[in-house]
Amino acid sequence: MTNKALSIAERTLLEPAGLEPSRLESIIGSILEAPVDLADIYLQYARSESWMLEDGIIKEGHHNIEQGFGIRAVCGDKTGFAYSDVIGFDTMMTAAANVRAIARHPADARQIVSVAKRTHRLYPATDPLHSLGNEDKIDLLRRLDQLARQSDPRVEQVIVSLAGTYEVILIATQEGALHADVRPLVRLNVSVIMVQNGRREQGSAGGGGRTDYRLFLEEGRAEGYVSEAIRQAQVNLEAGEAPAGSMTVVLGSGWPGVLLHEAIGHGLEGDFNRKGTSAFSGRIGEQVASPLCTVVDDGTLAGRRGSLNLDDEGTPTGHTVLIEKGMLKGYLHDRLNARLMNSAPTGNGRRESYAYAPIPRMTNTYMLAGPHTPEEIIASVEKGLYAKNFGGGQVDITSGKFVFSASEAYWIEHGRITRPVKGATLIGNGPDVLTRVSMVGNDLELDPGVGTCGKDGQSVPVGVGQPTLRVDGLTVGGTNV
Amino acid sequence: MEALETRLGPLEDKVALVLEQAKKLGASGAEAGAGLDEGLSVTSRMGEVETVEYHCDQSLGVTVYFGGRKGSASTSDLSEKSLRETVEAACVIARHANEDPCAGLPDKETLAIDIPDLDLNHPWQLSAEQAIELATACEQAALDYHQDIVNSEGATVNTHHGIRVLGNTLGFLHGYPASRHSLSCAVVGKRDDQMQRDYWYTVARDSSDLEAPEKVGLEAAQRTLSRLGARSLSTRQVPIIYAAEMATSLIGHFLAGVRGGNLYRKTSFLLDSLGKKILPDFVHIHEEPHIPKGIGSAPYDNEGVATYPHDLVREGIVASYILDSYSARKLGMQTTGNAGGVHNVLIDPGKLGRMQMLQEMGTGLLVTELMGHGINLVTGDYSRGAAGFWVEDGNIQYPVEEITIAGNLKDMLANLVSVGKDIDRRGNIRTGSIWLANMTVAGN
Repeated sequence: MTNKALSIAERTLLEPAGLEPSRLESIIGSILEAPVDLADIYLQYARSESWMLEDGIIKEGHHNIEQGFGIRAVCGDKTGFAYSDVIGFDTMMTAAANVRAIARHPADARQIVSVAKRTHRLYPATDPLHSLGNEDKIDLLRRLDQLARQSDPRVEQVIVSLAGTYEVILIATQEGALHADVRPLVRLNVSVIMVQNGRREQGSAGGGGRTDYRLFLEEGRAEGYVSEAIRQAQVNLEAGEAPAGSMTVVLGSGWPGVLLHEAIGHGLEGDFNRKGTSAFSGRIGEQVASPLCTVVDDGTLAGRRGSLNLDDEGTPTGHTVLIEKGMLKGYLHDRLNARLMNSAPTGNGRRESYAYAPIPRMTNTYMLAGPHTPEEIIASVEKGLYAKNFGGGQVDITSGKFVFSASEAYWIEHGRITRPVKGATLIGNGPDVLTRVSMVGNDLELDPGVGTCGKDGQSVPVGVGQPTLRVDGLTVGGTNV
Repeated sequence: MEALETRLGPLEDKVALVLEQAKKLGASGAEAGAGLDEGLSVTSRMGEVETVEYHCDQSLGVTVYFGGRKGSASTSDLSEKSLRETVEAACVIARHANEDPCAGLPDKETLAIDIPDLDLNHPWQLSAEQAIELATACEQAALDYHQDIVNSEGATVNTHHGIRVLGNTLGFLHGYPASRHSLSCAVVGKRDDQMQRDYWYTVARDSSDLEAPEKVGLEAAQRTLSRLGARSLSTRQVPIIYAAEMATSLIGHFLAGVRGGNLYRKTSFLLDSLGKKILPDFVHIHEEPHIPKGIGSAPYDNEGVATYPHDLVREGIVASYILDSYSARKLGMQTTGNAGGVHNVLIDPGKLGRMQMLQEMGTGLLVTELMGHGINLVTGDYSRGAAGFWVEDGNIQYPVEEITIAGNLKDMLANLVSVGKDIDRRGNIRTGSIWLANMTVAGN
């Protein structure tokens, strides 16, 4: 890691507690007296703020500081974990004694596979909260509110929120290494309610990334969120009943890549596959998608919401091919599961905070571009749904069934978009949905930086992306039979 | 863990100190809440311990008012220096916020005075070893149930014990301890090439009220087995019975529709519904915040306003919204003691058990799992993934999956056919199974 991140981490996390880096080593040493396979200490400091405008006024703001440490010992597939908000030698030694007890059986002889050392500098080691003065933050929110209200007389309510986090982490591993990272994260969201003839509809848009607030001032991004939110509400004001049943679906580019996150990504996380509870378990090398599909998880994209210089176990993030030309290639690993499956960690060991043990998680998951223009894809459909934007999704890992909910959709007839239809949930089966991809667009796009993924009660920021896709046969959950 | 109660006094002192500092910095009003929480979480999988986690959390949050200008801040570091900085951070925000005539502390007369003891504190002296034994017994009952139960996500025992203190500059300062324990189990079944997973759980304030580990494991195994052989349905319109454990979500959507924040923002499908009929005559929904040992029980809400039992729906008519002081003022009403949410919402049961309801329905869908978040609260449009059972002649025919169910919440509530007597008492919302008239089921 960069020396800058390390010196910030030592100054932020160790010095106030009067801890020398060598003390971390002796705490790890006390865990290693027991026959454990893996031991680490994760220290974290996070400062975050949010500002909210509603009813045309700055209604409230919040400031939060969280800090603490988590200590882990792993023995085979057993994990002992303890954490505390109080960083100090004594609290750490108590926690170490607790987690060490997990090693009641001799460790096996499997070695940790070492990974090539890479150093990423994907985002600046700065505090985004200070990148704009408070007055400027408030001015931005006010300006967006006014812009929204001037854009369309049907706008009744505007909610604008701005949030930023400055996070510093320090990881001490059993190899004696100290890894540090400074992680900025910002987010802006605009939500509008529009009313027409008594009908009320919502539209929302936003974005962000691992950078500072100036992101929103550049290239008219903030104003772009306003016009996008209004456009979505306008479309929804005209939307008719959504269709019900199995049909051809064209998925838009960008955020609709949540399809890949739910249908494919979760099912390829190492923990489920080691345990054999995933619908994808034991299927490496099998054809699980059309040859048009190549899907990757990439934590190394500069400034992206899902990116990390290193994961929460100190492993540099990577570019992992999940599906190559339709064939299942690889899993996403943390250290524990990589070790138990005799493979290398892929830099996907993540945790919500020091209060959680790391588990395999996605970073930025997307499909590579294909040969077709989006216009060709729409034109190829006789009758079907064009789902341009989505809300969130969910998956049942074991059965492979997944859902994701369209928030903006249109009916296609004779190769033309005819009319907007209401949002609806789409449901499919992860291991075979991509086998029905018959066209892949040349318009790969990543989402604007809005994704949050939940697993085992832990939330982490993620990214998704895809080009426009044609799927032959996906169940659309509307009301119109 | 006994030590926690002895820390109630010192935590109250910290809250009082924060309030004092807010006043010194010029705040016209302030409220602060603090909590300490300790816990143990143990998972056993395939007969062996998988994780042992020790939890230890603390936090303090403060909201300050300068007239109608509001700012808030929170921290996990309860040192005096950090608390001072937290109050300052809240004041900085308040100075930048705009004057909002509705913002401020609750009206003094709404604050709780007599604090009822709701019997919420039953710490469990459970060692990691004992927890492992319980989890293992629970999972083993599931694994032993049938040869088609081939794998497991494990069984988890959780025990938490904490104290919470709330204070404001109107003189309110109270705190109380509470505990919460749970046991859950999720297993995987396999038949032919199909794998299915399902789970069950039990949760209680007092560990002696938890279901037996073997019973939880058995229920998880039976639910998983019953799903094997699931197929999709063709698209159709049929009546739907939500099993009690899923019906809680329907009541949850109703509650979201009458929540003050959604009403004043006009982001609800139940705008202006107070005094209007939105459900059939026989439906009675009420909040009971003072049930002893209740999972949702609380003597006062997050603002210190006294909670009280009251009707939300009487004879199908909305009898009360769900309001905190701010949303009440925005709507020109009185707070209902619901800052932070509801406290034990109950719907009166009907006469039929689940099997009798299936008999009465004849042909339709029994839903036992819902997926995704396809609910548009502004319009009431509803579209979710589902799994469950196809019912004909009043009997379960086969398990179904990869289907969606869709409708509009206004119609769904208005066309509620009956509520079962098979009440799920585990959560903050207690209901029996709910039978709804025709909805659209989409499938292959």
